[in-house]
Amino acid sequence: MERVPILKIGDILLVSIQVDMSDQTAIQLQEDLAERIVATGCHGVIIDITALDIVDSFVGRMLSTIASISKVLDAETVVVGMRPAVAITLVELGLSLNGIRTALNVERGMELIAASRADEWDEAADDEGTETTATA
Amino acid sequence: MALSAEQGDRLAHLLTEHAERLTSRWTEIVAGSLRGRLSRAELARQVQELHRALIDAGRQGVSDLADEHGGELRAVLSELSTNRARQGFSATETAISVFALKDSLLELMEDEKGDNTLRDFVAYSALIDQMGLFTFETFVRARESLIADQAEQLLELSTPVVKLWEGVVAVPLVGTLDSARAQVVMERLLQTLVDTGSPYAIIDITGVPAVDTQVAQHILKTVVAARLMGADCIISGIRPQIAQTIVALGIEFGDIATKASLADALRHVLRMTGVETPARRPRRES
Amino acid sequence: MTTGVDLGVPSTQAIRSDEDVVRVRQLVRTTAVAVRLSLVDQTKLVTAASELARNTLIYGGGGSAEVSTVSDGRRRGVRIVFADEGPGIPDLDLALTDGYTTGGGLGLGLSGARRLVDDFDIWTAVGEGTRITITKWSR
Repeated sequence: MERVPILKIGDILLVSIQVDMSDQTAIQLQEDLAERIVATGCHGVIIDITALDIVDSFVGRMLSTIASISKVLDAETVVVGMRPAVAITLVELGLSLNGIRTALNVERGMELIAASRADEWDEAADDEGTETTATA
Repeated sequence: MALSAEQGDRLAHLLTEHAERLTSRWTEIVAGSLRGRLSRAELARQVQELHRALIDAGRQGVSDLADEHGGELRAVLSELSTNRARQGFSATETAISVFALKDSLLELMEDEKGDNTLRDFVAYSALIDQMGLFTFETFVRARESLIADQAEQLLELSTPVVKLWEGVVAVPLVGTLDSARAQVVMERLLQTLVDTGSPYAIIDITGVPAVDTQVAQHILKTVVAARLMGADCIISGIRPQIAQTIVALGIEFGDIATKASLADALRHVLRMTGVETPARRPRRES
Repeated sequence: MTTGVDLGVPSTQAIRSDEDVVRVRQLVRTTAVAVRLSLVDQTKLVTAASELARNTLIYGGGGSAEVSTVSDGRRRGVRIVFADEGPGIPDLDLALTDGYTTGGGLGLGLSGARRLVDDFDIWTAVGEGTRITITKWSR
């Protein structure tokens, strides 16, 4: 069975799905990712689906589950690179991917994660009454 | 009414022996029907090509236009009728190019009457009829694809996606939106978002006279699809009548941002992205 | 056509495992490209096939997918028949309802797949099996 590689870049885990995943591979990815979040202490997960030519209800559910699991583990998940044809199909299928944040590409996804981390820092900083230099 | 091998041979022979007389008479009849809209030289070339293909087919023992020996002949016929269709000739004018052969052949055979003449002519005639029908069919197909191409070009022309600002694209929709066009717009808009990496899109419907349920659904689906991809859509330029229709039809626009004009929509996006706009400053100072 | 999928000659893919579902997707994709479905239509068809192939595996206990190209004289299309000899579906109307599931999924398999294709036909008998035929036409 193929395994989807998980890369660590700074404070972010990057998963770039390059293969047509079997359901087993998808479940395996879900488990691997949870372990890696805990092991690395990363606070952001980016799942790049640029190469996926379809997302069916199973993969859609996997993405939702990953987002929920990482939230519990204090990490933000952003799904990036969804193709237009895939998005149109998902709308028709009736899958709304609730609770998943999305961005057009990896770069935007990283900005999104950085921005939400900065917000959290701002809040923490405000409590202590100090200035931070976080930028969005 | 299939052609026998001997008949095919005799046809090829007949066509070869009287090549000159036959093609010139043939060209003459066709030229008469086209009334000078195709040059004599061009016409003669087409007739000669057909003539040659028919001789070849006859020699190979073609019994039916649809069989394997008719391949070359079919190719010549389909090229002829496709060209005619593209040049704007009518179906009748195109078919006559083939049927004219029958008249010229009849004239020829009357001069050389033999035992088999009648039988042969009936068989040849049947083959020519097949050729005519084939021409007709190809003609219709060529016309259909021409119309489809034009419709597609029109669709492309009428749905521009423009970049308004860094990270902001807009589709100004003009004219009646049917389901097919709405779908094209949707796909092009989403593709542009990816190509330009723009997280904001404005759909301006100022130029759309009416919206029905289906079109409204298409716009809504576009907005949802864009969201799935990580982009936000704003709808601008909703006319009073359209707003009334939307409410009357019970279509839920939910939390989709709507603005009165394209300018308002752009200002809204710029504000969200943190760009200062002139309209905002005085309000802040007051 | 270099894919070996000709008009009228169906290719059959057994559905016995997870990997077979992936193979069905790939077979459907090649066929859809061969009859020149638009990109969006290809995506819709492959997604529908993926849902139904998974249903065949999970609920039908395995079966097969038969993919063929069809023509109605004017348009060409792709037809897929999913067949299994599983338990069948006792309440079809209920199974076709959005959100209904017995397998712990999202319940979008049948109803969602139906929305993604042009023709959707289902035959089922309890204890005998299920047979679903879908068709997507080129525009």
